[in-house]
Amino acid sequence: MAIMGSAQLGEEAPVPSCVVTGPLPKLVPRHSALVRVTHWITTVCFFALLLSGIEIVISHPRFYWGETGTVLTTPLFQLPIPSSRRLVPTGYGYVLPDQNGWSRALHFEAAWIAVLTGLLYVISGLLTRHFRKDLVPRKADVSWRALWTYFAKRLRFERPSPAEASSYNGLQRFTYLFVIFVLFPLVIWSGLAMSLGFASAFPWSVTLLGGRQSARTIHFFVTLALVLFLFVHVLMVCLAGFWSRTGVMITGRTRTRKEHT
Amino acid sequence: MIDLSRRKLIVSGLAATAGASGLAVALRLAQKYGLVPPDHGGIYGLGETLTYAAQRLLTRHSLAREFPRNRISPRPFPNELAPLTEDFKRLQAGGFANWRLSIDGMVHQPGSFSIADLKSYPSRSHITELACEEGWSYIAEWIGVPLSHVLHLVGVHPQAKYVVYVSMEPDTWDSIDMADALHPQTFLCYGMNGSELPVAHGGPLRIRLPRQIGYKNIKFITRLTVTDSLKGFGKGLGSAACEAGYAWYTGI
Repeated sequence: MAIMGSAQLGEEAPVPSCVVTGPLPKLVPRHSALVRVTHWITTVCFFALLLSGIEIVISHPRFYWGETGTVLTTPLFQLPIPSSRRLVPTGYGYVLPDQNGWSRALHFEAAWIAVLTGLLYVISGLLTRHFRKDLVPRKADVSWRALWTYFAKRLRFERPSPAEASSYNGLQRFTYLFVIFVLFPLVIWSGLAMSLGFASAFPWSVTLLGGRQSARTIHFFVTLALVLFLFVHVLMVCLAGFWSRTGVMITGRTRTRKEHT
Repeated sequence: MIDLSRRKLIVSGLAATAGASGLAVALRLAQKYGLVPPDHGGIYGLGETLTYAAQRLLTRHSLAREFPRNRISPRPFPNELAPLTEDFKRLQAGGFANWRLSIDGMVHQPGSFSIADLKSYPSRSHITELACEEGWSYIAEWIGVPLSHVLHLVGVHPQAKYVVYVSMEPDTWDSIDMADALHPQTFLCYGMNGSELPVAHGGPLRIRLPRQIGYKNIKFITRLTVTDSLKGFGKGLGSAACEAGYAWYTGI
């Protein structure tokens, strides 16, 4: 069943046989129940935030650097899309319908649920040593060569080795830690910095980012980075076997027997 | 193969009960301390309530960021206006001498004030950012009389909870809680960048709440009503914007 201690096995370790002799070992789920539940809540919230975020951007698809910016000032860049506001010069001869009311409401509600879920995940991850055991790179992972080995395999669309089905490789560990402890905090911070109420209580949250419009622009680029992560993440899941990996994230159990024979 | 022991069942049962009663107590307390917004119903009510409650706990007395004079935006962007009404144009022709702001509801002395009356009270100004929910923002100097000054003049009843403000523009009204109404930066604003408040920016009188988004800063204010409940106003959601699907509290 679940291959215990395979984290210690090298990439080229022989595939353990699945013939179980003696008493069945206690099943340790590939992902704990908390990880599975928080993963899917975050997934739903992410799509809600992305959709509502796009709708909000459509009402002003221009980005600025610094504290202020309006259609009367020069933007840093402008997205080549139509707008839901008549006064935004887009070059398109039409105005999209206004969706900002529900989009803002959905955005903030999903953000609340995502942030509370994230807090639960981070606190439990620290308490159960999930981060230290599963996500902090192992000694062997901390070299450019090791990372390049994993990366090159992915570039050749090579299927991951069975050992990787029960543990994370170095590249995954670095990526997940970066998403969890850099991108998510940054997207939350830059989002909150746009809140006039939050900024009144914590003015440094805006100043450190270079102003309110800088915060908005950073929010946009971190979102792009998260979307890029999502694409690669789903691509890798497909490469490893979409149904088995998705099933593991739902039920927690690896279908090792089928995979290994 | 679901491993559900009796102990697990009892523990999760207790946890669920504790969670549910905790939530009920939290809601009761939130109601008591005014942490529930009028638009708390519906599918987005949870988010609206969490935002409003969190910001009321964190930001009740905090001041919006103020900027030095050299950071005033050279070209403040006036957002699109609905066509001005005939009534407005008549008042504009008279230099707004006949503009009146009436105050009624839970006050000791309901009254009516001209722009000249408002200007005779201590004038205050702050250089703050006006940010639109669309994403753009600019910095301007806003000049006016703190709303709290006028509320003290008319004498607000202690049970008052909200101030409803109504624009001369049709179907345009909104409301704020007493924390915002008495906040030192909340102005009945009649001036901008050292001169009269231009009509494009809401002249002769707009409400200025620098801790809330642009659409809450309604233009052409003619009436204030102090109340302890928003149920009797429109659909009871607290603003005309809410009835169009926009949030009541816009500190975010």
